[in-house]
Amino acid sequence: MPLNKHRKLSPVLSLAALILLLVLLIILEQHQSSNRMAVAVLQKGAILAVAAVAMNLPNGFTGIFSLGMAGFMSIGAYITAILTIPTDTIESVYYISGVAGWVMNLKRALDVLPQPLLVLVALLIGGLIAALFAFLIGIPVLRFKSDYLAIATLGFSEIIRALVASPQLDRVTNGSYGLKNIPGFATASGSGVLLIPFAIAAVCIFIMILVINSSYGRAFKAIREDDIAAEAMGINLLKHKELSFVISSFFTAISGGMLAMYMRSIDSKTFQVALTYDILLIVVIGGMGSVTGSIISAFLITAAKEWWLRFFDQTLYIGNWQVPLLRTGFRMVVFSILLMVVVLFYRRGLMGDREFSWEDILGLPQRWRHRRVAIAAAKAEAAAPKDGGQNDA
Amino acid sequence: MSLLEVKDLKVNYGGIKALKGISFTVEEGEIVTLIGSNGAGKSTTLKAISGLLKPAAGKIFYHGRDITGLDAQQTVDQGIVLVPEGRRIFPNLTVLENLKIGAYLRSDKAKIQQDLERVYDLFPRLKERSWQKGGTLSGGEQQMLAVGRALMARPQLLMMDEPSLGLAPLVVQDIFKIIGEINATGTTVLLIEQNASAALGLAQRGYVMVTGEINLEGRGTELLANPSVQEAYLGSQKRRHGGGHRAGAAPELNQQA
Repeated sequence: MPLNKHRKLSPVLSLAALILLLVLLIILEQHQSSNRMAVAVLQKGAILAVAAVAMNLPNGFTGIFSLGMAGFMSIGAYITAILTIPTDTIESVYYISGVAGWVMNLKRALDVLPQPLLVLVALLIGGLIAALFAFLIGIPVLRFKSDYLAIATLGFSEIIRALVASPQLDRVTNGSYGLKNIPGFATASGSGVLLIPFAIAAVCIFIMILVINSSYGRAFKAIREDDIAAEAMGINLLKHKELSFVISSFFTAISGGMLAMYMRSIDSKTFQVALTYDILLIVVIGGMGSVTGSIISAFLITAAKEWWLRFFDQTLYIGNWQVPLLRTGFRMVVFSILLMVVVLFYRRGLMGDREFSWEDILGLPQRWRHRRVAIAAAKAEAAAPKDGGQNDA
Repeated sequence: MSLLEVKDLKVNYGGIKALKGISFTVEEGEIVTLIGSNGAGKSTTLKAISGLLKPAAGKIFYHGRDITGLDAQQTVDQGIVLVPEGRRIFPNLTVLENLKIGAYLRSDKAKIQQDLERVYDLFPRLKERSWQKGGTLSGGEQQMLAVGRALMARPQLLMMDEPSLGLAPLVVQDIFKIIGEINATGTTVLLIEQNASAALGLAQRGYVMVTGEINLEGRGTELLANPSVQEAYLGSQKRRHGGGHRAGAAPELNQQA
């Protein structure tokens, strides 16, 4: 069977695609000054891919309608930022109220680590603290269902934002002034701008795929499909929902930390509900319950929003005639219309709940051929009795 | 010692008394059926035994141990498995995944594989369709999947809630035949049915429930012959021409709506 041939081929193709991607990233990294936009889009795409897959885990795989993403991202972002801002310049960031003593002590203790390790440790600490928060709020909140759960998690995310901006925490989070001087992805030599975020994203997504394909993942899907039946089969609903929620929050916080590194400066407004909606949009467009869908749509949507649709924002003259509608902000109108079209005609997103597979792609020409043959046969069949009738007459 | 002993079990839904204190026993190796009309409390009884509902009062003993108020995870672990009403298979998971969920609490891989083979022997249809999504199966196949999924948990006591619901009469016959086969391999069955004639024909003993109470009990064949049971659940000869066996299928048609 040809499909079997494709099955043997697909690991080879995956490896080839991976190497191609790696080469592409290295080339882009070496020519980053002339490809600023592509580099920025790929960085942000990788970050949002982690966030989208992390959001898909409870929303698409477990059936928990959670909208607390921005809150968990801000926990990760702030912790990563505070821990990685260079200790010798941090006083200038907190120039209004100064840095709390314990923060300084913690930073001095962590400064023994080399820079790349410090970043990893900071991301991990952010993830673990977000996971702890998720565990604690999950105990009361995950007893709710659907919309109630969404409202509760949304509320949590806003509380975190208010806390971060509160004057009481001025000496820790710098309150409403935000944090700057956050080191980016690049190492001292300027390399790694793309490879580092992609490597972190790949590891995060790989771990989440392992979770989804484990027996825990199967239990998550069972809960999504029918929670009563899942419970009747002995699956502890609250325990598994907690697990899914905590894992998701951990990786959401890591993506938040990466976002802080990408943006180099953050404040509490970065983590408004709009950020959650952006990620929700990526998940829905990619397909609820599809990891590859989330990844593809993270890059597509980021590229469309930040790059491909840019020209809609620029006033354009053809001779003396100004092309109507093209002005700042029109890009988002076009983007929204595109989204509506996608949602209207691809209600289940680009991938539905399927995953990308080479077998599907390679099998396409054959399936099209089968369909053409089938359609032709159906047409011939429909035509045949008509001819028969004419012959009789 | 009975396998399952229910003593004066009471369950409330808010202010409504769904079970007003019922007592019954299931012996090891038996098929016992609870029959009764809509709202008699049959499903509530099974849910309370399996731990999906918490009883307000009364005791449930399993192998002589008190299991009242345990949650579903613990009862499944002890071998009490429910095939829920309306099948409730997982529509977007494959047949194989559905079956694997049944064995979720077990960790003995070799025995799980054995049981999978056993389920496939019992339901060859499921083997043919193991890569198909559960939701694409026909009603009868979905019921088989629901039973197969429950068998994957290695039940000692298999509780079935209306397995004939919404199925064609021929398929119902198949399902009942298979329930008999499962019982013959040593699994005790507690069966809830509206299709009273089929259930009583299969079961050794039966209990008749009316609005939260048990008001009749006896051997299956005795109950079948009981005039008041015939009147209430089988449709007496006076009112119908079709005879008991056909009329027994009638309530399930109403149920579908």
